[in-house]
Amino acid sequence: MTDKSNKEMRDSLSKTTLKKLIQDFYEQFESETIPHIMLPSRTKRNIELNEDSDVWVYGDSESMRSAKTVKGAKQLLKTSYVVELLIKGHLDQDKSSTLRELYYISENWDIAKFNEQSESDRLIEDLEIITGLQREDFHVRPEENGATMFGPIKIKEVTKRGERTMHCQEDVGEAGYQIPYNVETVQFLEHDAKFIIAVETGGMYDRLIENGFDENFNAILVHLKGQPARSTRRLIKRMNEELKIPVVVFTDGDPWSFRIFASVAYGAIKSAHLSEFMATPAAKFIGVQSTDIVEYELSTDKLNDQDIKALESELTDPRFDTEYWKDQINLMLKIGKKSEQQAFAGKGLDYVTDKYLPERLGEMGVG
Amino acid sequence: MVIAEELAKKQKAISIAEFFEKNRQILGFDSVPRSLLTSVKEAVDNSLDACEEAGILPDIFIKLENKSKSLVTLIVEDNGPGIVKEQIPRVFAKLLYGSRFHSMKQSRGQQGIGISAAVLYSQLTSGSPVKIVSKIDKDAPAHYFELLINTQTNEPEILKDKVIDWDRLRGTRIELEMEASYIKGRRQSVYEYLKDTAIVNPHARITLIEPDSNKIIFERATDKLPVQPKEILPHPHGIELGTLMKMLRYTESKNLEEFLCDSFSRIGAQTAKEICKKSGIEPERKPKKIALDEAKRLHEAFRTVKIQAPPTDCLSPITEELIRKGLEKEHTVDFIETTTRPAAVHNGHPFQVEAGIAYGGKLSKEDKVEILRFANRVPLLYQQGACAVTHAVESIKWKNYSLDQPGGGIPIGPAIILVHVASTHIPFTSESKEAIADVPEMIEEIELALKDVGRRLNLYLSRQEHLQRRREKEEIIQKILPRIAKKVGEILDKPTPDITPVVARIMGNVFIQRAVQKNGKGCDVEIKIKNHSDSVHRFSLHETMSYDISSPSPEPKKISLGKQSDYVWKISLKPGEQQAIVYKLDIKLEDASKLPQPVVEGIEEEHITGAKVVNV
Repeated sequence: MTDKSNKEMRDSLSKTTLKKLIQDFYEQFESETIPHIMLPSRTKRNIELNEDSDVWVYGDSESMRSAKTVKGAKQLLKTSYVVELLIKGHLDQDKSSTLRELYYISENWDIAKFNEQSESDRLIEDLEIITGLQREDFHVRPEENGATMFGPIKIKEVTKRGERTMHCQEDVGEAGYQIPYNVETVQFLEHDAKFIIAVETGGMYDRLIENGFDENFNAILVHLKGQPARSTRRLIKRMNEELKIPVVVFTDGDPWSFRIFASVAYGAIKSAHLSEFMATPAAKFIGVQSTDIVEYELSTDKLNDQDIKALESELTDPRFDTEYWKDQINLMLKIGKKSEQQAFAGKGLDYVTDKYLPERLGEMGVG
Repeated sequence: MVIAEELAKKQKAISIAEFFEKNRQILGFDSVPRSLLTSVKEAVDNSLDACEEAGILPDIFIKLENKSKSLVTLIVEDNGPGIVKEQIPRVFAKLLYGSRFHSMKQSRGQQGIGISAAVLYSQLTSGSPVKIVSKIDKDAPAHYFELLINTQTNEPEILKDKVIDWDRLRGTRIELEMEASYIKGRRQSVYEYLKDTAIVNPHARITLIEPDSNKIIFERATDKLPVQPKEILPHPHGIELGTLMKMLRYTESKNLEEFLCDSFSRIGAQTAKEICKKSGIEPERKPKKIALDEAKRLHEAFRTVKIQAPPTDCLSPITEELIRKGLEKEHTVDFIETTTRPAAVHNGHPFQVEAGIAYGGKLSKEDKVEILRFANRVPLLYQQGACAVTHAVESIKWKNYSLDQPGGGIPIGPAIILVHVASTHIPFTSESKEAIADVPEMIEEIELALKDVGRRLNLYLSRQEHLQRRREKEEIIQKILPRIAKKVGEILDKPTPDITPVVARIMGNVFIQRAVQKNGKGCDVEIKIKNHSDSVHRFSLHETMSYDISSPSPEPKKISLGKQSDYVWKISLKPGEQQAIVYKLDIKLEDASKLPQPVVEGIEEEHITGAKVVNV
């Protein structure tokens, strides 16, 4: 089967699935039922561990969105408008929009227009959940491309202008290989990597490249850029599953960074419907751990009120319900301090690559 | 010299200044911001009392100037009746001089300590004399005085006394210089005090010039002066033994019976005789000759003999209407309810409680409700936690009246609660007169008043909520649903679906729908009726037409109307129930489709969707 007919089939499936949703509304009108849709509750109380895939997905708790209330009715109206755009504007004409463009398109929709972009972003996520499809299937793109990666792996990417083959150390600039928004078009050709290290901040990512960490340790460096984009998480998962390369995650030592790790390893609460597609349950947390702050005597900042609230909330988050995480979170609350990963620079620029990371990798049995 | 005489000299030497120093706190002069507030309060209270007694609509002007870093000049001017020249020195420069000390009457000031205490404070902190101007009539001269209080003798010292030109009809002006500080933005401030005063004295115009020359006018909301409270004799239940003995000693009555009748309210000859009998004292005895143990028996007899409650027409409530106007003019709100309770009695003193609640508008939703407390039209700004008004507010379960009250205590919500207590004797917790004591009779009355306005607030809010829900539903059925239906049809390339059944469901109405189907040469008609509401509905359904129907189920009552016939079905449906009526018509489908909507009778139009309502 050619790529083209494959794409046509996918588009046609998307159209049928979206129409089915609208068909439901139509039938509800005909059967004298108030139009409504059911959605899983997107809260931390409604995520559960899927035993088979080992990632966190939505549980059975559902909420109803119904035209009984003004809020619900408007949501259904907006849903109808968006679905019409996706079918007639995107899929029928083979066009696409970014999430931001979609928000601006809605300006012509009178009372169905979105008040802010987060609202339309969320509605697209809702549609993913209801249809079991992904926004790429609706031809909806995120704003930015994914982050970058750097390391001993050779890949082939199918771009709109043809196939491109490159080695992510030899054929790329200083910043590395730019991860595209749809990583399904990337094929892995060969690699020489012992592990993948996903790094939260650009400063640390650059530090590892400058110190030659990728070469010395045969590591693929992936820049997470804060909360990682879907494509970044998906690429990490694919490399882990298809190439069996272990993954470690290196972030700051604060409550928000713990959540970055959780979304890489277990899935995000906001998009738990995609966990099975994007989470890498085998990923391990290398640091900065609360224990590292104490043992390596790192420079610290005091926890602020929001930090403390975030830590306390994590104690009731099922994703952190393990001995290891409870110890790390409680220790951080106890010392009342947090550290950035770049705090290692206080001990010399090579300290992190010569001492800290090798020691931690040794403890974890990676590399 | 005899020892006692020396002691007496020493006693005299305990000067009034020393007395003041020791009692600063209870007199309301314990901090610089509070001293200013107390001085303003005493001067304004005097002006309001004087104007009202003279039947003049008060126009009061308050000006504050920063004299130096710590000294403030306070000027209060009124359009009252003025003070006669001879009285001026003693009114302002002698402590405990006043006309109201012994009167049983609802008034603001009670002890005559107020304004002279402010004068003394001013003199002690600035060294300057008080400056007074007063004029009693258009054609009378204006007298100007500069006065000091002689702190050894508690007598006025006159520094200046002259006649000046003053372009006012009449009135009094007082100017004080004192150590003070003008504070804004908190509850206990001159501004808040005047604002609250303006609420409960809507007949007064109050002008405030702040030290930065900013001018604020609290405009009057009515030209009606409050009814002057009547002076009454004390009631036997409210009298203390010491007072009784004093009264016995100084009375001019010739015998005990006459004394009882003339000195107290609610004692007539009959009751007087009974009291005498009960206490075992002859009614003919001279009051001055009554001994202590006899006075005790008399006092005891006041309790045991049945005496009518004191008269209550001596009180002057603000009235429901004027409390509303007062709140309205000083606050932007959506809703105000006020109540004036009937007069009641505590310990022989008549009292009357009034309450108001203001809701919504610009009031904060997250903060505790503001409580405005008033005693005889004077705002109480300090010691809120110790006051019977606060205790009464806290004892009410405000959840029942639509206000949040997490963990009990003062409720939270966009509301102001106002309580005014009027009495010939307000039972304060202390001399500073900032909190009303927890007298059970009073707490009960305050609670009743608050519950009354609370109930009305609740009613208002539930009505608002009902209207809001109704508006929401209308928005859904008129604006949103039709658009969803249209859009859904467009996406599927199908006709727009009929939304009426869903509309009936959303509105919680009884839904009626007639469907006609071709059957051979004639038609089958089915009328579906479904009750989507939460209540039982009984009504009759009419099909009025010039055709005959056949095989109807259930059987209708047929009424002939000349050429036409009216077929009537009695319908009764519980919540959620539905019913179908079927019959046959021997006419073409297109004629049957032109039949007018079914008609229903005996149900409100707003409860029906899909039929015409006719109610005779």
